[in-house]
Formats: sequence, structure tokens, C-alpha cells
Amino acid sequence: MYKYSLYPLLLIIGLFTPLQSFSGVDFQTTLNQLSEKSFSKKIKTVEAIISSKNPRTKFVLESLSKGRVYYIKNTKKVVLGLKSDEKYITKDLVNDETLGIFTKREIKKVGINNKIRQKIKISLAAVDLMDNNKSVRLKAVKAIYKDLNHNIIATIKPLMESESDVDVKEAMLVAINIFNLNSKDSEERISAIRSLKESLEPMVKVRLKHLKSNDDNEQVRLMAESALKNIESRISRFKIIETLFFGISFGSVLILAAIGLAITFGVMGVINMAHGELIMLGAYTTYVVQLLMPNYIGLSILVAIPAAFIVSGLVGILIERGIIRHLHGRPLETLLATFGVSLVLQQVVRTIFSPLNRSVETPEWMSGALEINGILSLTWNRLYIIVFCLIVFAALVMVLKKTSLGLQVRAVSQDRNMARAMGVRSNWVDAMTFGLGSGIAGIAGVALSQLTNVGPNLGQAYIIDSFMVVVFGGVGNLWGTLIGGFGLGIINKFMEPWVGAVLAKVLILIFIILFIQKRPSGLFPRKGRSAETN
Amino acid sequence: MKLHKSISSIALAASLAASMNTSAIAAETIKVGILHSLSGTMAISETTLKDTMLMLIEDQNKKGGVLGKQLEAVVVDPASNWPLFAEKARGLIENDGVDAIFGSWTSVSRKSVLPVIEELNSVFFYPVQYEGEESSKNVFYTGAAPNQQAIPAVDYLMNDLGIERWVLAGTDYVYPRTTNKILKAYLKSKGVADSDIMVNYTPFGHSDWQTIVSDVKSFGSAGMKTAVVSTINGDANVPFYKELGNQGVSSSDIPVIAFSVGEEELSGLDTKPLVGHLAAWNYFMSVDEDVNHEFIAKWKSFIKDDNRVTNDPMEAHYIGFNMWIKAVEKAGTTEANAVQDAIIGVTTPNLSGGVSAMMPNHHITKPVLIGEIQSDGQFETVWSTSGLVAGDAWSDFLPGSKDLVADWRGPLSCGNYNVKTAKCSGQNF
Repeated sequence: MYKYSLYPLLLIIGLFTPLQSFSGVDFQTTLNQLSEKSFSKKIKTVEAIISSKNPRTKFVLESLSKGRVYYIKNTKKVVLGLKSDEKYITKDLVNDETLGIFTKREIKKVGINNKIRQKIKISLAAVDLMDNNKSVRLKAVKAIYKDLNHNIIATIKPLMESESDVDVKEAMLVAINIFNLNSKDSEERISAIRSLKESLEPMVKVRLKHLKSNDDNEQVRLMAESALKNIESRISRFKIIETLFFGISFGSVLILAAIGLAITFGVMGVINMAHGELIMLGAYTTYVVQLLMPNYIGLSILVAIPAAFIVSGLVGILIERGIIRHLHGRPLETLLATFGVSLVLQQVVRTIFSPLNRSVETPEWMSGALEINGILSLTWNRLYIIVFCLIVFAALVMVLKKTSLGLQVRAVSQDRNMARAMGVRSNWVDAMTFGLGSGIAGIAGVALSQLTNVGPNLGQAYIIDSFMVVVFGGVGNLWGTLIGGFGLGIINKFMEPWVGAVLAKVLILIFIILFIQKRPSGLFPRKGRSAETN
Repeated sequence: MKLHKSISSIALAASLAASMNTSAIAAETIKVGILHSLSGTMAISETTLKDTMLMLIEDQNKKGGVLGKQLEAVVVDPASNWPLFAEKARGLIENDGVDAIFGSWTSVSRKSVLPVIEELNSVFFYPVQYEGEESSKNVFYTGAAPNQQAIPAVDYLMNDLGIERWVLAGTDYVYPRTTNKILKAYLKSKGVADSDIMVNYTPFGHSDWQTIVSDVKSFGSAGMKTAVVSTINGDANVPFYKELGNQGVSSSDIPVIAFSVGEEELSGLDTKPLVGHLAAWNYFMSVDEDVNHEFIAKWKSFIKDDNRVTNDPMEAHYIGFNMWIKAVEKAGTTEANAVQDAIIGVTTPNLSGGVSAMMPNHHITKPVLIGEIQSDGQFETVWSTSGLVAGDAWSDFLPGSKDLVADWRGPLSCGNYNVKTAKCSGQNF
């Protein structure tokens, strides 16, 4: 209990002044106070742990933020808990000794809230400032922008001298300058403004805004204002780039969803209402693959791509052989039959996987964002999906242009009877084409599993959009689908900030209806004789 | 989409009509209707509630049923189709002769059932948090009214986290719109400027959140502490949280407090990027009380799946069902009018260690808990009200409803009584 009286003192001394090290027993006593329910007491305990400078501090803090610290209800001893099955294996936090196995009722997790989490983050960042990896250092510097104080600046200054990496050094300089914006010395403030006038860090903007209206020195106010103007014009430029990126990425999702349909609907002329469900099957395939290889999440996505292609492709061939070929040339019946298939597939998935959404994990290399600067950051999953979309598109164009299957597909779609007369097995070509389109839909499902819910309703959400893109781009034209998808994506994203997401969607639909009135065959209508046969 | 849904529901309705008629055989049982969607978009949330009800009924039967009779569950599937809710409710009361119905999730489905329940004078239990502004003689609201969820949540953010700028983000339908209207009025009464409130609506199942998250990010970088109050419903939450995580919006920068995200929603989600974001409910699975541990164990063995979670609407059904049993025992009959009179004032233990009571306005008393999402998909309670909060049917913060009260005891017996004009306007839906 005597440590309690130390708290005010600890707070004054601050986090980074070395303090007399606690012995192992004392450290455990401090740790045991984490079993307190009140968060205000817990945060004081965390402060005490940080300032204890115990060699285990970093380990304890990391375990705490990962939710692995528990306390035993009987003894109130705070320990490390590792879950295995329904039991918990506990270990001593100080010396790693195994303490025994407990059930869920016997121990309780030490919960933390955002204040504690933030505290841990900052103090771990201070440790990370000395890490060997430069990206860890860079992240650590950026993490403390918001929480600058004398102590941290005093830690950073000597580190900056010895820093070898240019980016980290730059970031440290920014940190010092942000801190100096609050300096008592007006010269220091002015020089800080001068060096920060290009910076896009949100904190800089906040502080400058404050200086602009509150500083007692006029020169500082004026400089802050001009720097702010400069920063804001840069920000608005980057905002346009950002919106463009959002549009392209939204477009690439549309293209992925629509491109399979561009083949089945566009090339074969089959209105396939089950297209969305084929996408859904691809997404569920991703889920199953992840279940099969739980330790290789990163790899599982790559394995899922061919797997989804095969699963959806086979289902597609089955649908074509079983239903669609019997309804050749009767679009209304095809529409209704495939609609029924879509309901059946949804219910099958509900029965097998339950109606609840399934959780598909995002691999490490697809999460987070590529930070260009303080304003513009491009999320990795979107970047990968744009690239993926382009690869799929290119591969599909190659298949249609360069392979014998592609040649036969084009022949059948242009003139079925003539193609048959030339010895093309049109039945076989139909099945293969439909399988190809369905397989591509499956691949789209893999991509979508990274963006949205994997559930029985996944397909419904994309079927309308898919038809929209194909019709807008021009039926039977892959390039039309590409341009149409990107076009609709970009228009949508530029409209969204103005009118909101709901109205943007409505306006896009109105736009397409008007557009189709003017140009019934879309952006890129088919030319020549094949235009009439369809 | 419209066409898609209506055709699907016709098909399902046809298939279910066959199975429905078989249930009216056993003579000496008391029938309880369960009106939850088992297919369509809402199946994801409502199937669990159907199973909860089946478990509660089975459990009650083991204890000897009620009034010496066994209970019999009559399950129908309104297939997430709002008009079908009314049809199915009528079927339950007229054809199957059920004495009480437990059901609905969305407000629009409750509104669709309402005229039928009132016309046929039955008893209906609604287990989900909703926007308030309603009190019917026949409906018992066991979920939270805005003053049992939204208002305390905002208080917590304002007083404990020092939030000064607010993003009110919701799905575009009645619950978020009404809740946000109440919240906006409440925030303004607390002195928040208009320019510090950003309201945003998105369509159902919205999946591309890039622009909105980016807007929230720049709205929140103005130097004032910002939070998002989310009434985003159902499926749209997953991509929303994913985008937040990917764009690097952490809970310590801009916390998101959600009113529709519970344990069940989190179980379909990779929770790593969500840690620290908040939710306001009246129950969390992580509540450390014996009665709750017991309930969880029972649920897991009933559903035969150790990984299944419990959530707030399940607790609401637990409370509502037990209240109904008590009211029936108190009245000595299942007749609707008698039960409606008897149930007011009935108390029953809730799962968070307290005792909930049915108020005269047909809402119940509950504690309000605020939890932070943990990496295992559970919530850690970071704040709770010191006592129980009584549900308020008519919000005190909307100009149209602040003078209204509901009291179903005689002699007033009115769900919409204006204290200023001393007039009972009855229900107007």
C-alpha cells in the first residue's frame, strides 16, 4: 500500500526520469493492483509500472494491451494467461514461471480502456524510439506528435543527433517544431512556423489555427495565417487525388463484380440472376480455405483465388448444363430460373454455414495504409484490389484474344449457326464460357471477402451494380466494362461529398437511365453485323 | 432488389404455410408465438432470438410450465418482409390461438405488426433497442428506449472522454433518423454548436466507406476531441470498421460508439482493428454475475455450440418472457386484458445482477452499460449507470413529444397523454 503515496510524486517526476528499480516482489505487488476494478486506480498502477523501469515493464505493457493479463480471483495475483481450449494456462509475469491451469470462472481478465491503452502506446513508443528498425522508429515518432511534452522532447533531441535515417530525422524535427509552436519565445515560434509551413500533419494545422487567432505577437499571427493558407491549399489538392483514388478503387470493385457478368450476359446473352451468388460462393471458398490453413492467413488468400475460380466455375457449368441450355433463346424464363437458382444457393449457404456472417481474416500484408504524407494515405487492401482487378481483366482479354477457346467463344457469340457449320461444338463452348464467367465471379468473391461481409446476402448487394456497369459500358464489350466501371466509380465518389451516399447512388441510377435513353447500347456499342444478331 | 425480395418472400410464405397448420394439435397447452425472421436479410440477427425463445420455453416446461399447463412454441417465419409480419401475426392469433407473441427486430416490422395486435387485442413483446415515440396497450418494449442507451452514451462521451465534436452516422431509416434527431436536440441543449455536429446517412448494406471515413478523419482533425455516434445497422458495420482500421483511425483518436453492434455482430468479424471502440447496451456477455454465467452455460448447451455468444436482445427476451410468466401466474389466466393489467409493476431479475421492473408505460427499467471492444470480440464494461434507468416512451428532447406521457394504469390508461392540454390523443401511427 505504501506505493500509493508515491503516485503524486511519480506524476511530477514524469515518465522518463529513471527511478530506483523495484525488486521482483515489489513489482508483483504493483502488478497486483491491476486487479482493482476502477479504471482511475488502474491507470495509476500502469503509470507506476511504466516508471518502475523494471526489465519486464515492456513485456507487461505489451501483454496488457494484447489482453493477456489476468488475475486469479482467490488470491488477486496478477498473471499472464494463455487460453487453450476452455482453460487458461497462467504464468508469472515477473519470472515466467508456469503457475497452473485455471478455468474461466476462476480468473478474470484485466480490462483496459482507451486512456490506459493510449498511455501504454505512448510509453511503448518512447521505447520504440530506440528500436533498430527504422520503420518502427518512424511510427514511434509519429505516435507521439499528439502528446508532446518537455520530457519527450528532451528524449528526442539527443536521439535526433545520432539518427541515421533521413525520414526519421525529419519526423523528429517536425515533432520538435510542433512543440516549439507553443514556445514562450516568439522567435522560436516564428522559426517553427517557418519550417512547418509545408507540413501536412494534422497537429500542425490545429496548432497554427490556434496561433492565428490567439497569439499576442502580431507577426506570429500573420505568419501563422499565411502558413495555414499554404497548408490548406495543399490539402485541398491532395483531397482531389484522394477522391480520385477512392473512385478508382470503388470502380475496380465494380469491375471485378461485373466482369464475369460481362462474359455470361455480354458475350453469351444470358441474363444470369445468380451471378451475385457465384460471387458469394467465391467469398465462402475464401472462408473455407482459411479454416483449412489457419496458420497461413497470408498465403490462404492466394490459395483461395484458384480454389474460388474452380468452385464457382464448376457451379456455373452445372447451372448452364442443368438449366440454362434448356432455356436457350428464352430470356424471361432464363431470368426467372436463374433467379430461383440464386435463392436456392443462398439457402444452401444458410443451411451449411448458418445465416450469420463468417469472419474472414485480413492478412497482415493487406491491412493498414501506404502513407504518402499526413493527409494522403492509400489503404493497402484497396491498392491490391485495384492491381488485382487489372490483372484479372488483362488475363481475361488474353484468354478471349489469344486462346482457341477465346476464338470459339467469339465465333459462337457472333454467329452461332455459322460457327456450328464451321465445326465449333457450340454446346461445349457455351458451357466453358459460362464456367469462365462464373469462375471470374468466384475470384471477385475472394477480393470482396476482404472488403465486406461474407454472408448469404453478399451476392444481392452486387448484382444490381454489376448489371449497371455492364449495360453502361456496352453489352458484349470488355473494355466497355472496364471504362464503365472506373467511370461510375469516380463519378460516384466525386458526388458523394456533395450530396451524401444515399443521393449519390440515386443520381447515378438516374444518370444511367438517361444515358441509356440516348445511347441504348452503352458506351461502346458493338459494331458490324454481330450487333444485329443480339 | 424490390422484385427480388418480394418474390423470395412469396416462395417462402408458400412453403411455410404448409408447416404452420400442423402446430394446432395438442389441447391442454398454452401457446406462445415466435415471430422472428428465419430467412432474408434479418435472419442474421433474428434466428438467434427464435432459438433463445425456444430455450426459455423448454426451460419453463421443465419447471412445470405455467398454470399447470405446458407451453408450446409456435414458430413462423416472416422472412424479413415487413407486410408479412402483419399477416403472420394475424395467423398466429386467429389460427393458432397464441396467447402472447415474442418477435420483431426492426422498427418497421413492429409498426407493421402493431395494428394487428391492437385490433385482435393480444400481447406482444419487442426485444430490441428502438427510437421510442410509441407506447401501445398491447406492446411491451423490453429493449432500450433512447434514454436507456443513446443519451447515457453521449453523456459518457461528453463527461468522461471530453468529446466536443460529434459525428452522428446512421443507416437511412426510421431508428437512426429519430435517434439522431433526439441526440442533436440533446447536444444543442448542452451547448454544442451546429458546426460541431456532422450528420451522415448511408443506405442499407453500404459497403464503400472510403469517402465517409476520410470525411470523419478530417472533421476530427480540427483540434477538438471527436467521436462517432453510430446507428449504422447490420451488415454495413463490418466494412465500416474495416475501413476505419485501414485508414488508421484508432479508438484513441476518434472513438466510435455503436448502438447496434453487439457480441453477435462481432463474432462475424476480425476484431483486431476494432479494439477500444465502444458500444452502449443494457447487457454484455462479459458481465461477471452468476445468473449470467448460468444463462450462458444453458445457452451453449441448448444450441450445442461452445462458440456461440449471447447479446442484449437475448437478455431482453429473457426478461420479457419471465415477466410474462409472472404476470400470467399473478392474473391466473392468459387472457390479454388481465395479463396487461397484471404485468405492470412485475419485477424479475435481469442478467446483469439487478432486478428489472415493468413500468406503467410498458417499458422496463434497465442498467446502462458502456463497453469497449476487446480483441476476443467481447466487451469490457468501462462505465455503467449507478442504478437502473426507466425507459421513457416519449423523448424529453423533441418538441413534439416532451409534453407526452404514457400510463396504462387506470384511470388514465393512455399511451399518448398530453400533460399540457390534458388530452389523450390515442395512438396515431
